[in-house]
Order: sequence, then C-alpha cells, then structure tokens
Amino acid sequence: MLKISDVKTYYGNIQALKGINVEIAQGEIITLIGANGAGKTTTLMSVSGIVPPRSGDIFFEGNPITGLKPHEIVELGICQVPEGRHIFPYLTVLENLDMGAFLRKDADGVRQDRDYVFSLFPILANRRHQAGGTLSGGEQQMLAISRALMARPRLLLMDEPSLGLAPLIVRQIFGIIKKINEESRTTIFLVEQNANLALKIAHRGYVMENGRITQTDTAADLLNNEDVRKAYLGV
Amino acid sequence: MNLFPELRKSFIASLWFMFLTFPIMVIRVNTIENIVEWRWMNLVFVGIGSFFLSWLWRYLLSRKEMGVNKKTDDQDRTSLVSRLMKNKQLIIPAAALLAIFTIIFPHIFSTYQTSIMITALIYVMLGLGLNIVVGLAGLLDLGYVAFYAVGAYAYGLLNYHFGLGFWTALPVGAALGALFGILLGFPVLRLRGDYLAIVTLGFGEIIRLILENWNEFSFGPSGIANIPRPSFFGMDLSIQWATVYIYYIVIGICCITIVIVGRLQDSRIGRAWIALREDEIACQAMGIDKARTKLNAFALGATWAGMAGVVFAAKTTFINPASFTIWESIIILCIVVLGGMGSVVGVVSGALVLILLPEYLRAFSEYRLLIFGAILIFMMVFRPGGIVSDVRRVYRFESSAMDDKPQEYS
Repeated sequence: MLKISDVKTYYGNIQALKGINVEIAQGEIITLIGANGAGKTTTLMSVSGIVPPRSGDIFFEGNPITGLKPHEIVELGICQVPEGRHIFPYLTVLENLDMGAFLRKDADGVRQDRDYVFSLFPILANRRHQAGGTLSGGEQQMLAISRALMARPRLLLMDEPSLGLAPLIVRQIFGIIKKINEESRTTIFLVEQNANLALKIAHRGYVMENGRITQTDTAADLLNNEDVRKAYLGV
Repeated sequence: MNLFPELRKSFIASLWFMFLTFPIMVIRVNTIENIVEWRWMNLVFVGIGSFFLSWLWRYLLSRKEMGVNKKTDDQDRTSLVSRLMKNKQLIIPAAALLAIFTIIFPHIFSTYQTSIMITALIYVMLGLGLNIVVGLAGLLDLGYVAFYAVGAYAYGLLNYHFGLGFWTALPVGAALGALFGILLGFPVLRLRGDYLAIVTLGFGEIIRLILENWNEFSFGPSGIANIPRPSFFGMDLSIQWATVYIYYIVIGICCITIVIVGRLQDSRIGRAWIALREDEIACQAMGIDKARTKLNAFALGATWAGMAGVVFAAKTTFINPASFTIWESIIILCIVVLGGMGSVVGVVSGALVLILLPEYLRAFSEYRLLIFGAILIFMMVFRPGGIVSDVRRVYRFESSAMDDKPQEYS
C-alpha cells in the first residue's frame, strides 16, 4: 500500500533521513520505534508532504506521491495525527471534527463517521460543545485521532499518540487504535517512543537509529529480540 | 478588596503622577514678560485627579477579576449584545428602526454630519476587509492602507487619463485591490506573526513612497485634484446633494459587504481561514491548501480596501499620498481589534466609535487625542475581546444516539 524507497530528507543542511525503506501492506499496523532524534517524525512528515523529501520515492497504492502538496496527499486518503495533537483550541469538539471532514462532500457519510468516532470515544460526545483547548491531554489526543478518522483515511499516520499521557490513558488509546484497525481495516503507520506498547498492537515493526532503519521484523520477534529489548524496552 | 493597601498604592501613583507632570503642568515660562509662573494649584488638581482615577482603576480591575469567577460556563460564552441579537422579538423592530434612521439620516442632519458619517462608513468597509485577513485568517497585516491607496489612485488616474466614471472605476478598483493583495500574498506565504507584520508594513510604505516620488505617474505629493463625484444618471449634483448621494452609495456598498463577509465566514473558505488562524500544521494535516487559503484571504481582504479607496477619492475629490500613511493602517487595525476580531457587528461598531468619537470629541480641543487614547486603553483592559466579541455559530448535534448523560470515563 505504502512504499518508501531510499528517501532522504533534510532540514536545511541537516540530513534527517539517510535513505529510508519502508513497506506497508493493506490492513497492517506498522510501528516505527527509535530514540529521540532518530528521524521518526521526519519520516511521517515526508510521507504527508509537510516536509518534502529531497530525494527518493514514496508510492501510495502504486502511484508516486513524492512532491505532491500536503493537501493533495490528504485527498488521496492519507491522514496524519500530528505529534503533540495540534487540535484547534478555540473551535468546539464538533467543529474540530468538521474540520477533519473538510475535503468530504458526503454529508451523510460524515454524520455516520461522527457517530462512529463518538462510539469509539464517548467522552467526546459529552464534550462536543466544549472548546478543544479546554479538554484534558488525553481527550485532546482522542480528539486528534477522531478528527483524522473523519477524513475517512485509508492510511492513518500517527505520531506519538502516547506523548505526555498517563499510562492508563495510553493503554486505552492503544486499545482503540487496534480496534480502528480491526473494524474499518484502516492501515496504520504508528510512530512511537513507547516501544513496548506499540509492538504489542502492531503486526510488524521498524527500528530506527540516526536517520537509518536498522532492523525490521514482525512485532513479536522484535519484542523478543535481545538488542531491541536492551535498547528500547529497558529490560 | 482590602482597603488600606489599595489606597496606599493609589496615593503612591498620584505622587508619581504629580512628579511626572510637574514640568508641564506647573512651570510655565512667560516669554513676553520673561518670568516663570508657578501654577501650584495644577499640582493639587493632578494629585487629586490621579488619586481617584487610580483608585477607580484598581476597583474596576478587582471587580472584573471577581466577576470572572462568578460567571457560569454558559454566560461566559455569550456577551450581552450577542444575547440581545438572538432575541427575535427585539431584533426586528430594532433593525427596522436602524434602517429608517440610516435612510433619513442625511435629511435630518447637516452636510457636515453626513460627511463624517460617510468617512465612518468607508472605515466600516475597510474594517470588514481587514477583518478577513486579521480576524478570520489570523494574518497580521500592517500595510492594509496600501490597497486603499491603490483603489483611490485607480479612480483618480483612470479618470484623469481616460475619463472613467465612478461606477466603472469601482469594480476596477476592487479588482486592482485583489491583484495587489495576491502580489503581496506570494512573498509572505511562508511568514507568520511578527515577520509577516513587518513585511506588510514595508509593503504599505513602498506603495506610499512610490506614489509620493514617482511624479510622472502619480503627480507626487501634490496629488490629483478635481476628481469628479459620482454623477446621478448623468446629472451633476450640487455638493450638498452629491454628499447625500455618496452617503446612500456607501450605505449600499456597506450592506453588500456585510452580507458577503457574513456569508464568507460560514462558508468553506471561512472555515479554512479559521483553521489556518488556529493551527497551521493541523490545517495542512486536514487537507487544507495553505497557500491558496492565505492568498484568498489577502485578495478578498484587499478587494474591499480597493473599493473603499474609490469611494474615498470620489468623496474628497482630491487625493495625495498623505492620506495613506501607516497611521491609517493602525486605525483600521484598531477598528478590527477594538470592535472584536472576527465579528461583523463588532467591526461595524468599532469603526463607528473610532471614527465618530474623535470628531465629536472636538469640543475638548487639544485633549481630544488624550481622551481617545485613554478610551482605547480602558477598552482593551476591560473588554479584551472587543466591543462585540466574536461568537461563532453553534452547531447543534442532531443525532439522538448519543444522550447527554455523563458517561463514565474508563
């Protein structure tokens, strides 16, 4: 479904990605784990076009998407949950969700999806007239995920959904990520620091270090891999 | 409120004020008789005045802070004015009264009053235009006056060279405004906040300097004179009737502006603007074309400035670069911020207050701008959201599947 081949991305003169290869099949949850500054977020930004790669190719469902504008990539069905949530603070929960469906014109489908995300996160339904900025961190993360789902993406890019949240809420959110993948067959590309949890819900994983992919395996094998356990799982 | 420390603070403030104003309020050098006059009474007045004003200030501030605590969540969202505006029984007669008043205004008041009103209404248009850029899209534009100048000079020059009339120049001015808006928009696509403000400030100055120095093109500082007022079906009107006629034209354009801006606000473009204002990264992640949205905002905002410029040229019949200084940009920005960013009613009332107030404060002669400044400071401290703050349309959730029972957060 998504194929990243030899992508190199720079911030000015600083090379963040030194030739990345990732392949994601339809319906998978793929996780990308690694330390701070490894280039995980940059990988997502390259896919979504917000930080376009300088060289290399990205294919989505066989078609090259390298060099497309961010909004054109969203139109193709790739939606991003940005790191640090980035909800619209002064818009209500409902308006935030409506912004997620900005490119859609099927009012009925949008309404259905709104009911669907409210069934995933009932707390958002209670808070629907509240401004996004007044929600707690966990609720904001839920809202960010819901907003991305409102675009009805075929590929959902998630950047550190566990950032700054209590362990209990993190576990709840990860449960829902798995549920979204199982129920609507949405392919999910999950970038995470919390390697343990991410590998538990993912099918396959990639390990990243200093802008390079160093290991790739099924999630179960990575969880048992001695090096990975030492470096990222703290065992 | 603890009385004693508050009074002490006010006392210190008044001492400080007495010290500060001592050189200008007390000492006066009489150059004719070569003596220095000591006006000690003024010192007493300043002391007493500043003491009470400082005390009043503290009292209002503390009341404001207590008031915030008392307000419930529901009241907090809607101000008195917006609650009044929702009241259907009140709004229709009020609107009718307002309409009648606006229509008969030039017939019951003097030409001078009508003329002031026209100026205020021109600023209503400018304010609504800038509101798109600053209030909705959140792009701080300090060079907005440039588009106003473009409109005014478009009419002046087109009339001078080709004899174009007001009605032909109006759409041309609007189109030129939009064109210049896009022209400014391109280089600033990547900028935000302070940087954007400075670039737009520079743009505004460039336009003014070009008009001032390119003598062959714009006749430099001497400007363009004898610009015709709009003619009434080919008839030339006397000054008095032309003023009335322009008044009705401006009222008409203002109404159209209000309707269009109001509609824009609730449209897809409007939502994209608001998203852009709130969070740029999220806006891109939602599939909004950032570049196009910004250019839209600049172009549509500048369109109204271009039209206002044409009307301004027709009203004054004389334009020169001195009318398009940075001060004008600041006033328009004040109208938007003071009236209430993003709120149409707010911007309209802001324009009326800000333009009419200095005119009617003429009775206070040299203290006019002092009082004006004090009102601005007061407004921003006690009503930071503006005269009528923006209340966006509340979307009701129509599905019955979700009830309002508080659910357990597990």
